[in-house]
Amino acid sequence: MSLAQLTLHDAAEKLRNREFTAVELTEAVFQRIAETEPRVCAYLTLAHDRALEDAARADEARKKVPGSGPLLGIPIAIKDNFLTKGLRTTCASKILGDFIPPYDATAIAKIRSAGAVIIGKTNLDEFAMGSSAENSGFFPTRNPWNLGRIPGGSSGGSAAAVAADECTAALGTDTGGSIRQPAACCGIVGLKPTYGRVSRYGIIAFASSMDQVGPLTKDVRDSALLLEAIAGHDPADSTSVNSIVPRYSEMLADDIKQLRIGVPKEYFVSGVAAEVGYAVRKAVDELEKQGAVVEEISLPYTKDAVAVYYIIATAEASSNLARYDGMRYGYRANARDLLETYTDSRAAGFGPEVKRRIILGTYVLSAGYYDAYYLKAQKVRTLIKQDFDEAFKKCDVIVTPAAPTAAFGLGEKIQDPLQMYLSDICTIPINLAGLPALSLPCGFDKDGMPIGIQLIGKHFDEPTILRVAHQYEQSTPWHKQKAKFKD
Amino acid sequence: MKLSREELRGVALLARLRLSPEEESPLAMELDAILGYMDKLNQLNTDDVEPFGHTMTALNPLREDRVTNQPDTESLLANAPDRDGTFFKVPKIIE
Repeated sequence: MSLAQLTLHDAAEKLRNREFTAVELTEAVFQRIAETEPRVCAYLTLAHDRALEDAARADEARKKVPGSGPLLGIPIAIKDNFLTKGLRTTCASKILGDFIPPYDATAIAKIRSAGAVIIGKTNLDEFAMGSSAENSGFFPTRNPWNLGRIPGGSSGGSAAAVAADECTAALGTDTGGSIRQPAACCGIVGLKPTYGRVSRYGIIAFASSMDQVGPLTKDVRDSALLLEAIAGHDPADSTSVNSIVPRYSEMLADDIKQLRIGVPKEYFVSGVAAEVGYAVRKAVDELEKQGAVVEEISLPYTKDAVAVYYIIATAEASSNLARYDGMRYGYRANARDLLETYTDSRAAGFGPEVKRRIILGTYVLSAGYYDAYYLKAQKVRTLIKQDFDEAFKKCDVIVTPAAPTAAFGLGEKIQDPLQMYLSDICTIPINLAGLPALSLPCGFDKDGMPIGIQLIGKHFDEPTILRVAHQYEQSTPWHKQKAKFKD
Repeated sequence: MKLSREELRGVALLARLRLSPEEESPLAMELDAILGYMDKLNQLNTDDVEPFGHTMTALNPLREDRVTNQPDTESLLANAPDRDGTFFKVPKIIE
């Protein structure tokens, strides 16, 4: 077995036991990248030399300080919307060109100081806008299970890199499902923490009221370990919350007897593939077998979440992306005057989906339409959050599919933006309510594609969803399956 | 059409985007479908509902206003599309 296949916690233990070095582990990952990356296309930028230097430094640090943390010497892939000091950051957009960040995002600074080795920057839908990674301004990433399928998005590169063993674990961001949906598509574990749990400082902003950083990993224990490393208050992000970070990885062992699990009927309607519904129901049966108490619940405003999300997210994006004006960084067109410099730089630098969302967001905020769209959406957002508040009076965890279908084919939905938006229907309500949610594998469809289940928790109750996920994972074989690289 | 060609151009200008004639017509159709989908929210009664504020009830966090970064002109100018010495060079703004 290649060292690249190891989970983070296995690799950390073996590094601690001196079974191999961080340099050997990092070399194994780059060896794997050399073999599979031409087919998967997960990375936009590789940091080979710098990664090996960091790995050597981690090996030195281990000699000096025994008993170091679990991230020391671990190869991590980073979605290319995190600022990484000195390492090209594109957000998969031509408008950022060869942008070299002058500082690290807080999450990056944290894993770096824990000794993690950054392998490279992974592909995404441009500015994290999309559900298939096909909106990248550079090239699409392919699903390691079937190279004709999408890896999900927007963190498609990070999910594919983990599934293909082209890294030990990865970081992504999730605004409407961009960690959980690609994790489901690629058969791995993806966690979107509570809004405010992880600092957004140094994340290229898309929709600031929903953007959140989280881990994509090979199993649940890895997810807990990586969350421990990146969570916590940051004075540089005024929306990050000042509360103690639990030791998530030490809270996985307890059983789930008497835990109350709610299954919302609105997530099992037409549009959700029969095989997905079946696999999720089977997973719920397993949780019940382990002693959980299962109850059908209702989240009546679920059907309105996609409309609300695409009003609020595009409104925030149209404002956030105003900064790309070609003045201080990024692409600048040659034009006659200032106004044309703006319009032409943005016309040439942004791709079609980004333009579509900027126009949509500008429209719903513009005079005469603000009340009908933006304000209306903010009111329905309140109703969606109240749905969850009510539901969590009756249950501890809510279980749903992570996506309505398994990974679809490349090119299948790219011509129909509304159909693409609807593929986020299971994950969007959670961002609107600011809740934590995790997706993990719960089976395969008849084509051998992974299916994901989503566990939703109360605000800051990551320990419970991680524990339920871990208990489920320990009793099922899904996470041990490896991607097959079918053509 | 929910959005006339004229309106679409107006919104694009507000967003500082130039649309080519080839982009305009598919975009108008896509936006029509998306806005039509969003219109279903109007069927909901929200008369007594407060617009959403924040997922948590949090006060505005305050902090001391002090410099924490080191001035580093070179790294800030390194990504400039055009520069003149230690200045960003930009198109003429005031006629």
